[in-house]
Amino acid sequence: MTPAPLPAAAATRATADVRGRPGKLRKSIRRRWQLYLLVIAPLAYFLMFKYVPMVNGIIAFKDYNIIAGIWASEWVGFEYFERFFSNPMFTTVVSNTFLLSLYALIASFPIPIILALALNEVRGRLFKRTVQMVTYAPYFISTVVVVSMAILILSPRIGLATDILGFFGVPPTDYLAQPDFFRHVYVWTEVWQTAGYSAVIYLAALSAVDPGLYEAARVDGANRLQKIWHVDLPSIMPTIVVVLILSVGSIMAVGFEKAFLLQNPLNLSQSEIIATYTYKLGILNADFSLATAVGLFNSVINLVLLVSVNAISKRVTGNGLW
Amino acid sequence: MVAAVTEDRTERSERPVRTVRTSRPARKRETLVDRIFLIGVYALLITFLLAVLLPLVYIVASSLSSPGAVSSGRVFLWPVEFTLRGYEVALSSPKILRGFANSLFYTAAGTLISVTLTVMLAYPLSRADFVGRRVLTGAVVFTMLFAGGMIPTYLVVQAMGMLDTRWALLIPNAVAVWPAILAITYFRTAIPDEVREAGELDGASDIRILWKLVLPLATPMLAVIALMYAIVQWNSYFDALIYLRDESLYPLQLVLRNILILNTDGGGDATSSLERQQLANLLKYSLIVISTIPVMLIYPFVARYFTKGLTLGAVKG
Repeated sequence: MTPAPLPAAAATRATADVRGRPGKLRKSIRRRWQLYLLVIAPLAYFLMFKYVPMVNGIIAFKDYNIIAGIWASEWVGFEYFERFFSNPMFTTVVSNTFLLSLYALIASFPIPIILALALNEVRGRLFKRTVQMVTYAPYFISTVVVVSMAILILSPRIGLATDILGFFGVPPTDYLAQPDFFRHVYVWTEVWQTAGYSAVIYLAALSAVDPGLYEAARVDGANRLQKIWHVDLPSIMPTIVVVLILSVGSIMAVGFEKAFLLQNPLNLSQSEIIATYTYKLGILNADFSLATAVGLFNSVINLVLLVSVNAISKRVTGNGLW
Repeated sequence: MVAAVTEDRTERSERPVRTVRTSRPARKRETLVDRIFLIGVYALLITFLLAVLLPLVYIVASSLSSPGAVSSGRVFLWPVEFTLRGYEVALSSPKILRGFANSLFYTAAGTLISVTLTVMLAYPLSRADFVGRRVLTGAVVFTMLFAGGMIPTYLVVQAMGMLDTRWALLIPNAVAVWPAILAITYFRTAIPDEVREAGELDGASDIRILWKLVLPLATPMLAVIALMYAIVQWNSYFDALIYLRDESLYPLQLVLRNILILNTDGGGDATSSLERQQLANLLKYSLIVISTIPVMLIYPFVARYFTKGLTLGAVKG
């Protein structure tokens, strides 16, 4: 689809780079002022909505007062962090976040790989396309709708799940009222929604496998399973590693949206996670400093996790994000 | 058999393999192990297919059934006592219609703003002669790794006076990093430098080159990022939840959440309370279908390009 950069183009690029050494930026601005003009608005956006909030994060260390504003509010050091750590909710929300995420990772990581490998074995184009399109579709359905569907399907009186389980003699239960079921519902709706989407990444990697390897495997008399094991899997390993880094790195970054929707007073003991707790503290109780401290604690953990997982992966497999 | 195998290989790669393949006709037939394995593969895929499809079919079937049938749990995968009552009720509720109209507006306006800003960011950052692009790209990508968080962002939105206005859904999440990277990669790899050079020879300015020469060549990419932004905007409820109080500004997803999950009344003019209850149940199913149809109509277009985008990003990024 995309033409490779032509040698001529590469050459002009090189000269463009060499052209200005000292005062490079000023010269570039004078020559290319329109490009700088274009970039102002989006950069202002990133400054305003991404970087200013990072600076605003200092209210985690201050006693934020709406009237005084961010800068004039009094410094209190780590008081809010201490308050969070000593709060009984601390252990609950941190372990809920971690366990939910770990379970989601374990369940939703291998399934797309299996789906992609299986699709890759299929000969019929139509069948392959159909499975791909259908499994891909839920990714585009909104969280509100997915959660509503889960609630309707699991509803004790009229839901589809009750019908199917009833067929096997399981008595109807109100799953969403039981804390123990929150994680299952969360994770398996997640798998339902994202497996097809995640498989696309692996399918793309599989389509790039050197056909010579398959020939070699065939000549060696490999059967299909051996071919998957010795050719397909090693070929998509770099992709697998990158996806794994991303998922492990974001293990504490469970999204707010779905957990919040699946919450009800009965399952809070397992469904209250860091993100929903921050929302309740900050937006509902207007305890801005404490909520920011909780959020910041979470962001820092995420960053540390991502950076270390990436470092480990680079050392062990040679593949990393950067 | 041979033909099927050949086709299988052609899909995986391009022509060279085919010649190799056809030159050795039926050298090796499928062994028994392979056949059993293949049956397993098909069984697995059909399970996947049904697991995804059944819930969807159940919802659609229920939405077309009578209120009584839905409420007594008699619907399985085919409508029972077919009726469009659920849709009539849904489409006669002012709350739902307003939510639908609001969402259409947010999606159209939001996508326009997002795509414009993304192009304004991505084009300069894709140009090799744009000094400072490395630093700026780094600054943009960094926001994926670390964020100020919910409350600090809320404070910015509040300080800008956007709370409880339509702007709060259009601006604070206008540019996403992922589409920006896709756009940068596309501009850099799919648009030959000669295009710009030709423009410059004709004395066109950079903005004119972008508008007249580059963008027309980049329409597939523009379509992809526009559709992606549109779907995200259509599906989101979180920003509305935290930034909006005024119900008349609510997007459809938030209206849905109130009706479907919080069980607040969706309207309707049923007389008896039992009928009202049954209609409220039915309404949920038809609402799910109504709100999901627009997305289901456009996702096949995105899906096709999206795969290409992913590959593009992976190979050239």
